[in-house]
Amino acid sequence: MKRGTSMTTPIPPTPGAPARVAPPPPQVTRHSASAEKPSVAPAITVRGLSSWYGAFQALHDITVDARQREVTAFIGPSGCGKSTLLRWMNRMNDTIPSARAEGGLHLHGQDLLARGIDVVELRRRVGMVFQKPNPFPKSIYDNVAYGPRLHRRMNRSDLDSLVEEALKAAALWNEVKDRLKASALGLSGGQQQRLCIARAIAVGPEVLLMDEPCSALDPRSTAAIEELISQLVEAYTIVIVTHNMQQAARVSDRTAFFFEGRLVECDDTERIFTRPTHKQTEDYITGRFG
Amino acid sequence: MKADRGLPASAVKRAVLNRGFLVFCLAATSLAVVILAVLIISITVKGLPWIVDGAAVKATFYGTSADAGSWKQWIRWEFFTEYASRKAKSAGILAPLLGSIWAVAICAIVALPLGVGTAIYLEEFAPKNRVTRYIETNIRNLSGVPSIVYGILGLTAFARMFGVFGRDSNFVIGTPEDWYYIHFPFGQSVLTGGLTLMLVILPIIIISSQEAFRSVPKSMREASLAMGATKWQTVWNITQPAALPMILTGAILAISRAVGEAAPLLVLGVPLFITSKPENLMSDFTVLPFQIFNWAGRPQDDFRELAAAAIIVLLIVLLSFNAIAVLIRQRLHRPLT
Repeated sequence: MKRGTSMTTPIPPTPGAPARVAPPPPQVTRHSASAEKPSVAPAITVRGLSSWYGAFQALHDITVDARQREVTAFIGPSGCGKSTLLRWMNRMNDTIPSARAEGGLHLHGQDLLARGIDVVELRRRVGMVFQKPNPFPKSIYDNVAYGPRLHRRMNRSDLDSLVEEALKAAALWNEVKDRLKASALGLSGGQQQRLCIARAIAVGPEVLLMDEPCSALDPRSTAAIEELISQLVEAYTIVIVTHNMQQAARVSDRTAFFFEGRLVECDDTERIFTRPTHKQTEDYITGRFG
Repeated sequence: MKADRGLPASAVKRAVLNRGFLVFCLAATSLAVVILAVLIISITVKGLPWIVDGAAVKATFYGTSADAGSWKQWIRWEFFTEYASRKAKSAGILAPLLGSIWAVAICAIVALPLGVGTAIYLEEFAPKNRVTRYIETNIRNLSGVPSIVYGILGLTAFARMFGVFGRDSNFVIGTPEDWYYIHFPFGQSVLTGGLTLMLVILPIIIISSQEAFRSVPKSMREASLAMGATKWQTVWNITQPAALPMILTGAILAISRAVGEAAPLLVLGVPLFITSKPENLMSDFTVLPFQIFNWAGRPQDDFRELAAAAIIVLLIVLLSFNAIAVLIRQRLHRPLT
């Protein structure tokens, strides 16, 4: 996995715009690997998805892909529907009674909006990490073991090694291996979020959905989690919603820009941040709004 | 140039008002504390000699080492082991004490699963529509109904069973030797009393358990669901343990309310005076508040002091329940995030 650094040329301000110093566009540090990979079917395909909360339409005819073993970032101003779209991917919107969706949403060809779909099994295959770390008020071990215990009976030693693997994959093992029985609430914010990632990994998903996972964390923990994401993507398909454009530029292969419930543009991250096709995208990236 | 003559008038007025309000609040608090103190002191002065043997206590502290006895001799055990009688000196609260224990135990055993189960259903599983809201409103109304009304309901539903079995019937479970002996209709039995008390505290338990479940943050449930847990797994493994301290606190306070309830049992026709222990679910019984009422109404001073002694016992039971609830709240109310 190459990590190239490409210097970007600043986009000149359009004539007539207020003379404001626009911040330089974020540096794209993640070399888009999609050109090198053999063409594999995307993990999640969204085709013409629209969704409503009661009478309010939150998503209009969205068509986007989440490619296998790549990081796809959803960016956009608040209220643009990116979290809504993310939550449809593991049907978490079912917890909101007024939410409904129409259109195509498939995970490896399986229709996720079908009536009879086993939502419990779907959520095992598509894990989620939330904005604010939410470990259970149990021990670190019990937090990670919670998922596997739900789905099958395991003997003690198998469970121990599964917990260890998950914590190692989440880059948390070395910090907690001596206190697995301690309460998870005693961990710092960054550690708690890594615990939540370990917890999600422990059930063996194919896809990881991350809803602004670093927005409640300090910069150092954020860097640690971004490092973790670039390691995890070797094994998982990752979709990340973020407010932080620099983060999207650093961490993702593909970026989709949303605005008011519509997909404006979706492309390789490098292209979005250096040569966006739409003016709206350009305005958002250079900080003119949002 | 105006000379500075101290604070402007409005500031003085505000300071006076502030002080005045503080004094008023202090006076109200003092009044409440004084009333409570007068109650406790007068009860204790009147009733303690009937529970604690003053002579034995004196002997232990002031007498010779030969007279000194263990603390067990300080208590007049007759008070707890004798039935009520015409003679004050040999009267005790055995029957009402056991009757209260049986009735409240039956009440708790039935009310807790029903109440907590209802709360789980309403909070976690029921769809949030008009029907559910209607049910919740009605439960809240029920908690404000005077408890004597539940007495009438208990009479009709449990004692007489809507007349389905007639005045009496041969439909029985077990024999009078078994503790679980049940005779349909239930009649004036400790089972009826317990179930009627259950009706009184059920809305309270449902409401406090609902509040307990509402206090569990949504993020915890979402975390569990996102890992592929069913709603039931989430409730059982995550939500219920987190809500448990609050549920326990509410349950203990509700049960302590049941201990002191008298009005519904009055309607049931529970006797004020009985000289037998409850043997099975169909036994006759009486409760501590009734015995207090019985003794307090007698003209002799001795009996009124006995009433005070029984009140002490009742207060100790109630205060212990409340103390346990406070302890639970302090020890187990861990922060959830």
